[in-house]
Amino acid sequence: MLTLQHYLFLSAALFALGVVGVMFRRNLIIILMSLELMMNAVNLTFVAFSRYLGSIEGQIFVLFIMVVAAAEVAVGLAIAVAVFRQKGTVNVNEVNIMKW
Amino acid sequence: MTDLVWLIPVFPLIGFLINGLLGKRFPERTIGWIGSAAVGASFVVALLIFLELLGMPPGSRSVQKVVYTWMLSGDLNIPIGFLMDPLSMVMMMVVSGVGCIIHVYSIGYMHGEFGFRRYFAYLNLFVFNMLILVSANNFLLLFVGWEGVGLCSYLLIGYYYEKKSASDAGKKAFVVNRVGDFGFLIGAFLIFVTFGTFNFTDVFAAAPDKLSYGGLPATLITLLLFVGATGKSAQIPLYTWLPDAMEGPTPVSALIHAATMVTAGVYMVARCSVLFALAPVSLTTVAIVGGATAFYAATMGITQFDIKRVLAYSTISQLGYMFMACGVGAFSSGIFHLMTHAFFKALLFMAAGSVMHAMSGELDMRKMGALRKHLPYTHWTYVFGTLAIAGIFPFAGFFSKDEILLYAFQRHLGFWIIGAIAAVMTSFYMFRSVFMTFYGESRVDHETAHHLHESPPIMTVPLMILAGLALVGGLVGIPILEHYNVFGHWLDPVFAPAKAISEKAAGHHGDHASVALEFLLMGVSLCIAFFGLFLARWMYVTKPSVATEVAERLGPIHKLVYNKYWMDEIYDFLFVDSIVKFSRLLWKWFDEGFIDGMVNGTATVVRRFGSILRELESGLVKDYALSIVVGVVVVIGYLVLR
Repeated sequence: MLTLQHYLFLSAALFALGVVGVMFRRNLIIILMSLELMMNAVNLTFVAFSRYLGSIEGQIFVLFIMVVAAAEVAVGLAIAVAVFRQKGTVNVNEVNIMKW
Repeated sequence: MTDLVWLIPVFPLIGFLINGLLGKRFPERTIGWIGSAAVGASFVVALLIFLELLGMPPGSRSVQKVVYTWMLSGDLNIPIGFLMDPLSMVMMMVVSGVGCIIHVYSIGYMHGEFGFRRYFAYLNLFVFNMLILVSANNFLLLFVGWEGVGLCSYLLIGYYYEKKSASDAGKKAFVVNRVGDFGFLIGAFLIFVTFGTFNFTDVFAAAPDKLSYGGLPATLITLLLFVGATGKSAQIPLYTWLPDAMEGPTPVSALIHAATMVTAGVYMVARCSVLFALAPVSLTTVAIVGGATAFYAATMGITQFDIKRVLAYSTISQLGYMFMACGVGAFSSGIFHLMTHAFFKALLFMAAGSVMHAMSGELDMRKMGALRKHLPYTHWTYVFGTLAIAGIFPFAGFFSKDEILLYAFQRHLGFWIIGAIAAVMTSFYMFRSVFMTFYGESRVDHETAHHLHESPPIMTVPLMILAGLALVGGLVGIPILEHYNVFGHWLDPVFAPAKAISEKAAGHHGDHASVALEFLLMGVSLCIAFFGLFLARWMYVTKPSVATEVAERLGPIHKLVYNKYWMDEIYDFLFVDSIVKFSRLLWKWFDEGFIDGMVNGTATVVRRFGSILRELESGLVKDYALSIVVGVVVVIGYLVLR
């Protein structure tokens, strides 16, 4: 049978993949997608707990997270467009003039 | 009038402030006359106070006037106070009188010089300090004046500061003086520790009780004070600065290095006569050092060709006489010689300055000769000065030097012999300078001969005034009957306590020399003086080749004396070089290496650390994301594993 642990493992794995993507990918769009992945993993965790604890609050919180994710993607893509217009690339390794 | 004694030093101070601060636009005449009038006013006040003192009975001629309390702390009470007694009045009048004459002379001599205003400002400052020195009523205020005159001496010697030899000479004078001052200061501190006060009258009144005769405290104090005197008055071993001090303008040499500053040591020893009387070892030391210096400096005066150097060594030698006088207990004779010496030495220096002025700055006597036709006034006044210093009757030097030799003879034959030989040498080298400069064949070079001219009245009148004083100044010391002279009588109350102590210790009253002995010694002195005169005349006028022959015959000895016994080189080797090396070591190794190293090192360490930390700011967002993740892991790990 599918127990809570299965769902949690899945979330953790997805979260980890998201983190790795944010840290090591070069393309800004991919980084944003990894960010989304992290948030979705968290959503999964919330829903699993909601079902396991029998409380509806988890699922309400998921709705909030989705709203925030949407807003954030909008802003993030706007930044990506601005960076592309400035630099001609979305390779984050090239956006590094704020350094010593 | 005694209430206004503070005006005496204050007049020249005002002169200094006016000339120094406001005098930039004043014409030369104004600056010069302000300076001279300031010192002249001091002389007038001093004279009035002197006359007032004359009107008092001899026993009570000691007035103190405190103007301000400078330091007050527990036992320590240092006022700005003045002591008016016979000794200080003599000194004040000599300083201000001769000073005024020299100021007037300087107006002519320094005409056209670039730093005219600076010269007169410093000269007034000097007179201010000197007057403080001689009128102070306590050791510390005396020391203020003592240091002040040292400072002004440095400033004035280094007047032509762009010339390296002049600025070096100024530094040398100040540093050598400092060595002496150290001794003086320790002596003064010892006095405070012993007596609890610096005030002269209190210390000297308590001295016979507090200090045992011949004991260690008395000897130590007086020897230390004498070290200060050797520095200031150019005795062995601290005399080396004075010949170099001739780099300064000639009136400076006249005032500071002949008439006043160098006599400060003699004044101080005379002032502390009571302390010295309580320490016979010190007194003898003073006499021996004085006599030795008189002899030693005279030998060097014989060989010099620079007219000012001859006079410089002469000054050192005459100061030796004054100390020898004090050392044999004849304090008033020492002061008498101080006064007459001020007259004729200032005269000699200023006349030499007049010669230099005429010779467009030349001072080598080998390039002079037969100048008496061109410079009549200068010639006669210089001769008057020479007659005085050689001790030829009736000029001033005869009486003062003769008195010293008499007391020296009474004390110990050895002192008289040294004094007499030095007198021969003095007469010889002084007349040598007269004959080389004014007589004989002219060795003046063509170019200079064109410009030969007698000095203007503003220079010759002061010369004539001093020549008159050199002639009659000794008359105040004429021995009337036995051992009795006006000058000595005037100074008696000051030196009576010291005399009493010495006589008590010797167990009998001082031997009064018989009149016959006095006249005999007088006759011997005169013969000595004339011998020197004729020897010089023979060697430099009648047969000039004799001089060079003698120099060749005595080859090595002549070389030794001509090079001043290589004392400067010896001092360099013993003291100066090692100190300079040590200073350089401190500079390079400690200051630059260590201190600067520490400061720079701290900066370097910080910079290196910074350059490592700086790598964190890579500008890449993913690195910042990494650091966030690392932080999260650490925090959660800590919470989980706790």
